Amino acid sequence: MAEQTQMKVSDEVAIEITNMNKWFGAFHVLRDIDLTVYQGERIVICGPSGSGKSTLIRCINALEEHQQGTITVDGTLLGSDLKNIDKIRSEVGMCFQHFNLFPHLTILENCTLAPIWVRKTPKKEAEETAMHFLEKVKIPDQADKYPGQLSGGQQQRVAIARSLCMRPRIMLFDEPTSALDPEMIKEVLDTMIELAEEGMTMLCVTHEMGFARQVANRVIFMDQGQIVEQNEPEAFFNTPQNDRTKLFLSQILGH
Amino acid sequence: MSDTHSESVAYVRESFIEEQPAPITAAGPFKWVKDNLFPTWLNGLLTIVALYIIYQLLAGFLPWFLGGVWTTGSLAECREVLQGEVGACFSVLTDRWHQLLFGFTYPSEFYWRPTLAFVLLFVALAPVLFFDLPRKMLIFTGLYPFIAFWLIWGGTIFAPLSALLGFVVGYLVYEKFVKSSFAAGFFGGIVAAIVIWTVGGWLIPENASENAMLTAVPSRDLGGFMLNMMLGITCVSLSLPLGIALALGRQSHLPLVKWICVVFIEFVRGVPLITLLFVANVMLAYFFPPGSGVDLFLRVVIMITMFASAYIAEVIRGGLAALPKGQYEAGDSLGLDYPQAMRLIILPQALKISIPGIVNVAVGLFKDTTLVSIISMFDLVGMIRGPILASTDWNGVYWELFLFASALFFVVCYGISQYSQWLERRLETDHR
Repeated sequence: MAEQTQMKVSDEVAIEITNMNKWFGAFHVLRDIDLTVYQGERIVICGPSGSGKSTLIRCINALEEHQQGTITVDGTLLGSDLKNIDKIRSEVGMCFQHFNLFPHLTILENCTLAPIWVRKTPKKEAEETAMHFLEKVKIPDQADKYPGQLSGGQQQRVAIARSLCMRPRIMLFDEPTSALDPEMIKEVLDTMIELAEEGMTMLCVTHEMGFARQVANRVIFMDQGQIVEQNEPEAFFNTPQNDRTKLFLSQILGH
Repeated sequence: MSDTHSESVAYVRESFIEEQPAPITAAGPFKWVKDNLFPTWLNGLLTIVALYIIYQLLAGFLPWFLGGVWTTGSLAECREVLQGEVGACFSVLTDRWHQLLFGFTYPSEFYWRPTLAFVLLFVALAPVLFFDLPRKMLIFTGLYPFIAFWLIWGGTIFAPLSALLGFVVGYLVYEKFVKSSFAAGFFGGIVAAIVIWTVGGWLIPENASENAMLTAVPSRDLGGFMLNMMLGITCVSLSLPLGIALALGRQSHLPLVKWICVVFIEFVRGVPLITLLFVANVMLAYFFPPGSGVDLFLRVVIMITMFASAYIAEVIRGGLAALPKGQYEAGDSLGLDYPQAMRLIILPQALKISIPGIVNVAVGLFKDTTLVSIISMFDLVGMIRGPILASTDWNGVYWELFLFASALFFVVCYGISQYSQWLERRLETDHR
C-alpha cells in the first residue's frame, strides 16, 4: 500500500469499502473489494464487460445492496437502515449511461426537483442554483425545454447539472459517454474535466482512456468481480503488471 | 476552386439545389378522389358498394326520423296522425322527458336542484380537467361533493357539513403527524375523521331534516339519467385513487400489503358486475350493523367502485411496468423517498401512459351503470323498461326511447374520449 499513500491528495477519507462481497442470486459479482477513496481523488474504473465495475459504484449509493462487508461514505455506515441510505444518496451524485432525466419535466424542473423536495430549498433559490449549474455545463438557454428536445450530449450535461444541484461531495459516473455519438463525447468529457479541476471527488466507470490519463489520479482495473490492479495513470498505462491488464489495454488501445 | 478539386476528387457539388414546388398532379381534390376512392378497379367497386349501403341506411332512417311526430299524448294518437306513413313517435320524449332525466318519483317542483348540481359540476370539474385554470378553483371542487349531496338529497345541512368537517379535521391531523411518520399521519387522520363523523351522527337530531331549508328526498326517489350520471361520476372519481393505491400496493415489497391487493384485484375481476350488484342489493346489508339502514345508492356505489378500481389498478400496473428502471434509480440516487418518487416522478409518467386504458374503463363503467336497472333501481334504462313501456299510453315505443338513451350516453362517452385525446396531446413532452 506504499503506492497508494503517494497517490492520495488529502488525508480525509471519502469512501471506505472493506471486504465487500455481492451476489446476484448464486452469481458472485463482487469479491472481497477493499477500496479507500480520499477526498478530492479522481478514480477511473475500467475493465471488461461483466467485470462488476458498474455494480461496484452502484453499491456506493445503495442502488445495489451488498451482502457482506462494509461501505462507509463520508463517515456514514451504509447498512439496511433506510435513514442512512437517504442521507448518503443526497451527498453522492450519480450520472447514468442513459442519463435518466425525467421526460415529463423541463430541464429546469429536473434540476430543481431534488433540492426543493429533499433539501427543502425555497423554489426561487433552487432555480438560481439550477441556472448556475446549467451555465456551468453551458446550456442555460435550454432551461425551459424538455429532455426529449435535447441531443444526447446535452442531456448528459443536464444530468450532471441535476446531480450538482444537490451540492454532492462525491460524484459517481456510470459509463457517462457510452450511449453518445462520438461528436458528443467531447462536450461531456470537457464538463467532467472541469469538475475534476475544481477538486470534486469522482469515481468514474469509463472506457475513455484519454480522459483517464488527463484527469485521474488513480486507475482501477477490475476483472471477474475483483480489483486486479490499481495505479497512477502513467504507470498503469505504460507498465501494467497483471497479464489480464496487459491484454485488456492491448485490446482497448490497440487500434 | 473546381479546377483544383477535379484533379483529386471525382465529383464535387458547388451549390445546393433550391427547394421547388410539387407538380400539380401531386396535389388537389381530383387527385385525392382518384388516389383514395378509385385507385384500382376493385377499390372503385368497393367504394360504389359502400356508397350504396350508406344510401340505403339513410333512405330508411331519415324519413322515419324527419317525419317524426312530437306533439301527441299517446302512441295511439301518434298512429292516427301518421296514418300509416313512416315516422317516429317522438311524442314519448316530449311527454315523459322529465321521467327519463330525473326518474318518476323525484318531486317535479325540485327539478331545479339536480339541474343546478349538474351545472355546478362543470365548474367543479374544470380545474381538474384543465390545469391552466387558476388553482384556487380547486377549493370549490373540494366542496362540490357536499354541495351536490345537499342539493340532490336535501334535508338538514348539518349532515354534509359534519361530513366535510370530518374530512377537514382528518386532513389537519394528517398534516400535524405526517412530519414524524407517514403511518402516524395516515391512520391518525382516518381515526380523527371517523370520530368527527360519529359525534356528528349523534349530535344531529333524528328529525333535523323535517323542516330543513331543502326538503329531503329519499334515495329511492332518484332515477333516470340523473342516477346514471351520479353513479358514473361518483364511482369514477372514487375508483381512480383507489385503483392507484391498489396498483402501488400490488408492487409493494411488504408481502401482506401485496397479497391483500392481489387477492382483491383478482377476486373482483373474476366476478361479473351484476353479481356484485345483487350482493349490494341483498347481502351487503348483513355486513353493516343492524338498523344502520345503509342506503341502497351507497351500497351500489361501493360495489361499482370496487369493480372499477380493480380494473383501473391493472391498467395503471401496466403503466408502471412500462417505465424504464432508470427512472426509479434516478429518483433514488437524488435522495427522494418513496412517496416523493412516486408522486413526482413515477405516477405522472405512469398515469400518462395509462390514460387510454383508464378512459376505457371509465367509459365502460359509465355505461355499466345501466345494470342497476336489474336490481330495480329506475335509472334511464330502468325507466324505459319499467314505468314508461309498461304504461298504456306508450306501450310499444322502443326505437325512439332507446335512440334517445343511446344519444345521451353517446354524448357523454364521446366527450370523455375527446377530452382524453386532447389530454394525451397536451401531456406529450417526449417529442420522439
